[in-house]
Amino acid sequence: MSTIACRRLAKSFGSVPVIGDLDLDVPEGAVVTILGESGSGKTTLLRLIAGFERPDRGTITLGDDVVDSDRRFVPPERRRIGYVAQEGNLFPHLTVAKNVAFGLSRRQRTSGRVAELLELVGLGDLGRRFPHELSGGQQQRVALARALAPRPQVVLLDEPFSSLDAGLRSSLRFDVMRILRDRRATTVFVTHDQQEALSVADLVGLMEGGRIRQFAAPEVLYGRPADVTVARFLGEANIVPGTVGRGVADTPIGTLRLAEGDGPVTGPADVLVRPEQITLRPLRDGRGAPGQLTGRVVHREYYGHDCVVLVAVDGTDQPLRVRCAGRAPAEVGDVVAVSADGDAVAWPAASGDRPSAQQSG
Amino acid sequence: MTTIETLRSVGAGRRRRFPWLLSVASVLVVLVLLSPLALIIVQAVQAGGRQVWSLLDRSFVATLLWNTVRLAVVVTVLTALIGTGAAWLTERTALPGRRAWEVLLIIPIVIPDFVLAWTWSSVFPAVHGFWGAVLVMTLHLYPLVYLPMAAAFRAADPGQEEAARSLGLSRLSAWLRISVRQARTTLLGGCLLVCLALLAYYGAFENLRYQTFTTAIFGELQTSFAPAVASALSLVLVALSVLVLAGEAVFRERGRLQRSGPMVPRPHVPVPLGRWMVVAELGLGALVGLALAFPVAVVVYWMAAGGSSTVPAAVSFGAAIGYTVLYSALGALIATALALPVSLLATRHQRRWSAALERSTFVVQAVPGVVVGLALVYLAAHYMGFLYQSPELLVAAYALMFFPLGLVAVSASVARASPRLEEAGRSLGRGPLAVRLHVTLPLLAPGIAAAFCFVFLTAVTELTATLLLVPTGVQTLATQFWAYAEEGVSFGAAAPYAATMMVMSVVPAFLLGRWFDRRFSTASGGTSILGGGT
Repeated sequence: MSTIACRRLAKSFGSVPVIGDLDLDVPEGAVVTILGESGSGKTTLLRLIAGFERPDRGTITLGDDVVDSDRRFVPPERRRIGYVAQEGNLFPHLTVAKNVAFGLSRRQRTSGRVAELLELVGLGDLGRRFPHELSGGQQQRVALARALAPRPQVVLLDEPFSSLDAGLRSSLRFDVMRILRDRRATTVFVTHDQQEALSVADLVGLMEGGRIRQFAAPEVLYGRPADVTVARFLGEANIVPGTVGRGVADTPIGTLRLAEGDGPVTGPADVLVRPEQITLRPLRDGRGAPGQLTGRVVHREYYGHDCVVLVAVDGTDQPLRVRCAGRAPAEVGDVVAVSADGDAVAWPAASGDRPSAQQSG
Repeated sequence: MTTIETLRSVGAGRRRRFPWLLSVASVLVVLVLLSPLALIIVQAVQAGGRQVWSLLDRSFVATLLWNTVRLAVVVTVLTALIGTGAAWLTERTALPGRRAWEVLLIIPIVIPDFVLAWTWSSVFPAVHGFWGAVLVMTLHLYPLVYLPMAAAFRAADPGQEEAARSLGLSRLSAWLRISVRQARTTLLGGCLLVCLALLAYYGAFENLRYQTFTTAIFGELQTSFAPAVASALSLVLVALSVLVLAGEAVFRERGRLQRSGPMVPRPHVPVPLGRWMVVAELGLGALVGLALAFPVAVVVYWMAAGGSSTVPAAVSFGAAIGYTVLYSALGALIATALALPVSLLATRHQRRWSAALERSTFVVQAVPGVVVGLALVYLAAHYMGFLYQSPELLVAAYALMFFPLGLVAVSASVARASPRLEEAGRSLGRGPLAVRLHVTLPLLAPGIAAAFCFVFLTAVTELTATLLLVPTGVQTLATQFWAYAEEGVSFGAAAPYAATMMVMSVVPAFLLGRWFDRRFSTASGGTSILGGGT
């Protein structure tokens, strides 16, 4: 097992910069996800670590070994890195068993290791099939078994489940992550799916424009995003205007405690309130008590386990997005009481136009 | 990220290495391929610009143009109608036995044109001249329209026609306004392939006594010994072909853009034919009867009738087969070897210039066999005397002419042997050499084998360039057949050669075509491979 360290990596294709001055440290045995939209450079980052591409600048270190720098380049076959690509990239002319055996020495091939790996990924009886005879999920299992066969020190996964449908995807993800955790493999997992990124990782790196915007535990990334962009990218976010002072933020939906006290922010601020922090209560007479904050329901969506309600509140440009357990507490057009609790996060107000209560899904 | 192809990025320096070896090899290949064209121009220029102009300024050229154009127009219209109708019947209707028809309808394109013409003219001497040429060429070439149209009808999304019908169109007008309209570029592309073949054929027209550019060029060369006139006519012919080919390329490009939606569309609901079923079966029966059963029956008939020839064969029947196989195999080997670097460069180093390089090789398709033959005769006569009437020159002609066939087949498997698979192999701990040996080579092998077979099978029935370049004292199947067929009385002696060529081209081409389509089911594959006439 090993750590991965990237220092000031830069890579461009022709005149298009893809990665610029990127730093990343993956602790030994950790599962790290890199979350980013397509084109953010996350696949290129993995390909640099694997040794398929060379960076224009910077160094990459695996454990104690510098594998890429100005002076040194260790080719992919000597890095001991397992790589699982989005398309699996199984060798179409070889059977499943021969695919898995590809990276093994002659002695290892006959030692029962292939059968053991196929058993591990739950495909014990499919060794003699060819890749095109397998389903997409099975192909990805074989790709994982093949990558794990030579006992790599690091495993890189490039959107390995993105071509599968939702149900299969979550069950396969569960299996794969269990296997990787059991072996305590240092793992870097690239994805554009935020649920996936948050649910499997010890640490999440949010990547944008060829850089890591924030690198933190999933709870930190969601609860205390570094800036508005990160907040919007991860989960649904209401950004409301407010004023910060003495550890609290005054906003149109009440006074909220700040997650990190005052911090460096005082005065006008953009305040993040997650949809699940807001509570709605139906009002019997359609009017709130004096001083009580109210809003009008403009839209609702029912998901079974919970629902989303959009509420127009005075002082915000856009309706607030609110997540309620179970059924919606009110119909469209009703006036409801609005309250917010839990910790909020504030940043100095962006100059110019001031978006409020925006959502991203 | 996937659009940015990288293969050789993994190297010693941090800058990506330029693919020198492949680039130099590819440029050399392209230069060699375009050399016949250059030689023809040199020959014409050497004759003197003014003289060439005066040669061309004759009513003769006007006659040839008129002959070519009217034949092209009539045959194109007929093949378009027959090809589209047959494609509709086999792809969209509930016609019984349509799977069998699908197979039978394709075969006539693989029967050599000069054999088909001979089967007609040997039984019905009245089949000659313009209408004879129309009949034979239509029966021979309609698959060039049928194949792409059937593929287009199969690939069309039935949802679109359903949407049109839900908007109030009848079944017929929905088909016309959606499927046929969308297949319009495909149809035009097929028609232009028909024109390209008409420009290049020689044997059938000579046999049917219909004068076109190819027969005129041949005549100037063989009877009038006027190579300058021949090369001047060749320039006009090549110019016409380039025009047609450019049009075909444009339509193929547009046809590709129109295809959208899922790769494997939902199958169409077959149209019931009712009473018309009998008419449809009779129509397809007549077509296959005239284009396939008739020539086969005639060859069998003449073989049974037997007959000796007053012309003694230059070589034995067995030796003719031997020479044919030898020259064709060598030509196929070289064509495949030439195709490999060009294909690798274009697929793995996708740049504008590498694509242009690859595309330029398709200009070869516009250089008919008679022109290649003429150019190589000129080369041997003026610059490389030691090559005159040598087997090497004939082999070179095959390799040059059928390079595009080899390229299509090789490219299909080069696309399969993705650099990503090589990377996967490297990250599993195998070195670059081991990965090439165990991953890339096995993936390329089927395409290389297919390329060899396609070129070989096409070269076996090549007549025009072979007549010009065959070494002294040697006959191939095609030239020996031609010697007997030209004589006019020894049909029985010609028949075994015709039968051998038919068996050698039809059976393997059919099996190979099916295997290739299954293995590399690409949209462009089948048509261009079967459409490689001489």
